[in-house]
Amino acid sequence: MSDTLLTNSAHAVADTLKHAAGQGEKNDWIMHHILDANRLDFLPFGEIPLPHLSLFGLDISLTKHVIFMWVASVLLIAIMIKVSKSYKKSLIPKGVSNAFEVLILFVRDEIAKPTIGKGYEKFVPYLLTAFFFILFCNFLGLVPFSATATSNIAVTSTLAVATFLVTQISGMRKNGVFGYLKGLVPHGVPIALLPIMAIVEVLGLFTKPFALAIRLFANMTAGHIIIYALISLIFVMQTFLIAPISIGMALFIYLLEILVACLQAYIFTMLSALFIGMAVHQDH
Amino acid sequence: MNLAWLAAGIGAGITIVGGALGIGKLAASAMEASGRQPEAANAIRTSMIIAAALIEGISLFALVICFMLAGK
Repeated sequence: MSDTLLTNSAHAVADTLKHAAGQGEKNDWIMHHILDANRLDFLPFGEIPLPHLSLFGLDISLTKHVIFMWVASVLLIAIMIKVSKSYKKSLIPKGVSNAFEVLILFVRDEIAKPTIGKGYEKFVPYLLTAFFFILFCNFLGLVPFSATATSNIAVTSTLAVATFLVTQISGMRKNGVFGYLKGLVPHGVPIALLPIMAIVEVLGLFTKPFALAIRLFANMTAGHIIIYALISLIFVMQTFLIAPISIGMALFIYLLEILVACLQAYIFTMLSALFIGMAVHQDH
Repeated sequence: MNLAWLAAGIGAGITIVGGALGIGKLAASAMEASGRQPEAANAIRTSMIIAAALIEGISLFALVICFMLAGK
């Protein structure tokens, strides 16, 4: 028994060194699970190929991430219609509505009101949409055999562009186009610094939504890669004895991922509210 | 012998040092502040989580570059 353990460990070390030398591509299956693909996998049961569609030469084929975005949207629409209809019967919610009222009031009272201040009611629908969509997409990605829509840079960029449009349009509507651009540079800045401050502030308009997109994308992708890498320890060592440690660590990271899913939705919504607040009330 | 993989590994390592240092200092001062004034512990905890997520966001920018390097 200990003899096979020794030979197994020796094989494992030899294998790792061989991989380090560049021979053998064992990490393809990690990328296979994380990247977008034109099929839905339910390995080892089979797979469902998805159709390729094309519109005016642009590729709008159905992929894994698109399907799970639709699943998240359908779930969101169904639940929210049910929740809002339950308020017609009585103002005190029960059951599912009770749970969602906690989250909705949290977004309104802890995220929108303190950061935007006066006139925050107009932006609460957008913040609620962003928060719940990201939350549902992140949670769906933790279910086995599914994919995380927010681990696709295209999805997170679209959400960041939406925040960008909301901030700029509401800022320009409140302060006028020139007034908004003039108000970007804070008051009481020495004249010599004005050109640099202007460039920095205009660049900041674009880097802040970019950071929003990258933060959400990288958090979701990195978490899944860590889980897959920990499970692949079993295959690299090629022994079942490492399984309790490997699965234990993967389970711990999985629980951390649940926390990260909620936290990233909260951070995205809070930073969007912060940017909206800074654009609308520029004299802060 | 692909130098891009070596670069990705070293980059990820150095990035993690910076991120962990920042979040460690953050957690230390949060604990100290909670110890001084236990009534404010809830507000301090919320601010700590927010700041930790922002610092982690920065370290993940560097991680994305390491992904791109490892893919070469």
